[in-house]
Parts: sequence; structure tokens; C-alpha cells
Amino acid sequence: MIDPRTSIISERLSKIRRIIAVSSGKGGVGKSMVASALALSLAKNGFNVGLFDADFTGPSTHIILGISNDVQPKEDKGLVPAKVWGIAYMSLVYFVGDNPAPLRGLDVSNALIELLSVTQWGELDFLIIDMPPGIGDAVLDLVRLVKKIEFLILTTSSLLAFEVVKKQVMLLCELKMPIIGIVENMKRDNTETIAEKTKRLGVEYLCMAVFDQKVETAIGDPVKLLDSAIGELAEKLCRELVGNKGNIDAL
Amino acid sequence: MNQNGMFVQYFFIVQWCIIVMHEWALAESILVSVQQIAEQEQLQSVLEVTIRVGALQQVEPSILRFALKQLSTGLLKDVKFRILSAKSTLKCRVCSIVWQYSPKKLDRTASEAIHFVPEAVHTYIKCPKCGSPDFEITSGRGVWLENIRGVKLSD
Repeated sequence: MIDPRTSIISERLSKIRRIIAVSSGKGGVGKSMVASALALSLAKNGFNVGLFDADFTGPSTHIILGISNDVQPKEDKGLVPAKVWGIAYMSLVYFVGDNPAPLRGLDVSNALIELLSVTQWGELDFLIIDMPPGIGDAVLDLVRLVKKIEFLILTTSSLLAFEVVKKQVMLLCELKMPIIGIVENMKRDNTETIAEKTKRLGVEYLCMAVFDQKVETAIGDPVKLLDSAIGELAEKLCRELVGNKGNIDAL
Repeated sequence: MNQNGMFVQYFFIVQWCIIVMHEWALAESILVSVQQIAEQEQLQSVLEVTIRVGALQQVEPSILRFALKQLSTGLLKDVKFRILSAKSTLKCRVCSIVWQYSPKKLDRTASEAIHFVPEAVHTYIKCPKCGSPDFEITSGRGVWLENIRGVKLSD
């Protein structure tokens, strides 16, 4: 059986310079916050950015960005993502609203393929993908379908989170997928434990964000979010991604 | 082509079960697939393509046909498209009841959502017997490229 959507997906993503999956083996480490803030920060720095919420059963980037229910993609030879805060935004919430979407693995794969096939992203400098937690269907499908995907991996300072993240790194290394590095989020102490463990894994420790109470109050308010520790982290990541030049030529 | 430099024609039927998506974007993927299959099977020309449209995605055959005609070029320019319908069957994973999908009782929002992403059906439809949203789409999810009839280039 041949699934023709695969070849269309390559075409749909062909005008995107970099595709970055913000992911973690562990849930609750701040993927959606970091993915949203990174997209905002890149857009603020003048880049054409898309944000795709691939966490179908627990989407939250629309809440973080304060996107109202009346925002919808435009239908034009597929679906053209709505522009929100300068970001081309795509999510399953356009179709299911605030209702639960109880999807099993095969359904997740089919919905992911459907949205990747039908979304007309056009030209982008960056497409940020907010991944679901774990190393299940969505990760494996994106590895299979999105040839130029790169992974930005999040952990907290918790060894429990890091041990799960380690498995994800091992899997991605086995699959020969590019890993940009590991980001330590919600850091509450001054230890170098995660940085050292990351280096031992052979992966770059990119940066960290301290635990910041302001982040919770920034939900739904992108300006506040960029003013929080997550916003600072996003700025650092932005510089990391585009280099010192901070312009499109550095991509 | 045979030894005398003549093309030897015979009908070649490819039986694939291909899942695709809706209308214009759907038409693009159908044509890309047909093109790829035609190249793989070394078809000299493609005469007829049979497409099966599942009820779940509510693809409008006339729009699909229009998009296919608009987008067909080169090898596929004169292809005849046959668009046939298929029922969608759902099976509850909790109580095992099997039923046929019907969009009749759905409002416009739900109907459009399922049209764009058929998996949205799990949000808007429940098992008619036990009320569970945990059911399987056993057939008729999207669109299948069922049959390609063409002329094979013989060596």
C-alpha cells in the first residue's frame, strides 16, 4: 500500500528553511511554553515563523498565545494557517475546539499526515513543532515524514525527567536524527548536574531557564511571556539558532 | 518498445489501496501518486483512474473531479477519472457494535471538521450503543486510489 500524502508532505514543507521539533520524553517540562516563546521570539526578530501544535490529545499553544476560537485557517488549495502574533499557526484545535480528541496511535498518525499534507505553509524561515511528550507515534511519524527535522530537547532539573529524556536522545541517535541540544527548564538550584550529564551523552547543553512564577501569569499573554524567564530562554535559543549575525543569512 | 522499434501496447491495471485527503489538496496527491505509479510501472500513457471516496471525509465528487481536471498535465492530461463512493464503517472498541457513519445529525462545524481531519469524528460522534468515543474507523476513512488503467511501454 502506498500513501501518496508522503510525497505531498515533502512538497508542502519544501519552502521551509529549518524545522525544529521542541520535544521531550517527559511530559510537563514546558515544551509548549518554550515552543510558543521561541516562535514569538523568532518572529519578533524578523523571521518568518510557523508554529504547529502536534500535541493532538493535549494541545495548549493556543491557550499560551491567547488565540480566540474565531481564529481559523483559510481554505485555499488546502489550508493556509492563520497569522497570530506574526506566526503562521496550525493546530487540531481549529477542528475540535475545546472538546477532547481521544485519539489512539493510528488516529494520531492519520491526523498528523492529514494536517501536514493539507497545510500550505508557504515560505518560512522556521517551523516550530510543539511535540507531544514521549517517543511514540508522533515522534516516529515526524522522523519518517519530515526529512529535515531537527530536535530541540527539553528537560527539567529533575533526574527523573532527565532519565526519560536520555532514552529519547538514545532513540534519536539510533535514528541518526539531528539534535540541536538540550535545554534545562524550571531550574531551581545552582548545580551543574544536568549540564554534566548532557555532555556525557554527547549532546550540547544549550541553555537553561530558572523557575519563574511569572510564567503562569503569562498564559494567554505573549508580551508577558517574552518578559519572563521563558522569554529570556527563547531569546538565547533564537541567538543559538541564527548565530551571532542574527539574520536570515546565518540560517 | 520491441525489436522493430514499435510500441507494444497492452492494458495494465494497478490495484492499489491508497489513502489520500480532500478536494484540491487531495487532487494534487492523487495526481502525484498516479504519476509515481505510472513511472514505476513504466506506463506510456494513463487512460483511466478509479477513485473511491469514503463517506467519512465527505469529499464532494464534483469539486474533486474539477480539481483533478484542472491539475492534470503531461502524461495525465487526458485521463478519465471515475469517482465512486464507499460507506464508512465504525466499530466500538468497548462494546464491539459496528455501525455506518452518517453526517446527517451533525451540525456544520462538526461536519466541516471531519471533512478536514476525519479523526475529528472521535470528538463529535459517540458509539450509538454505549456512548464511547473509543471506536475504530474500520473502512471508508478517506479516499482510495483503487485502480489505474494505462498502456505499458513494453521492452
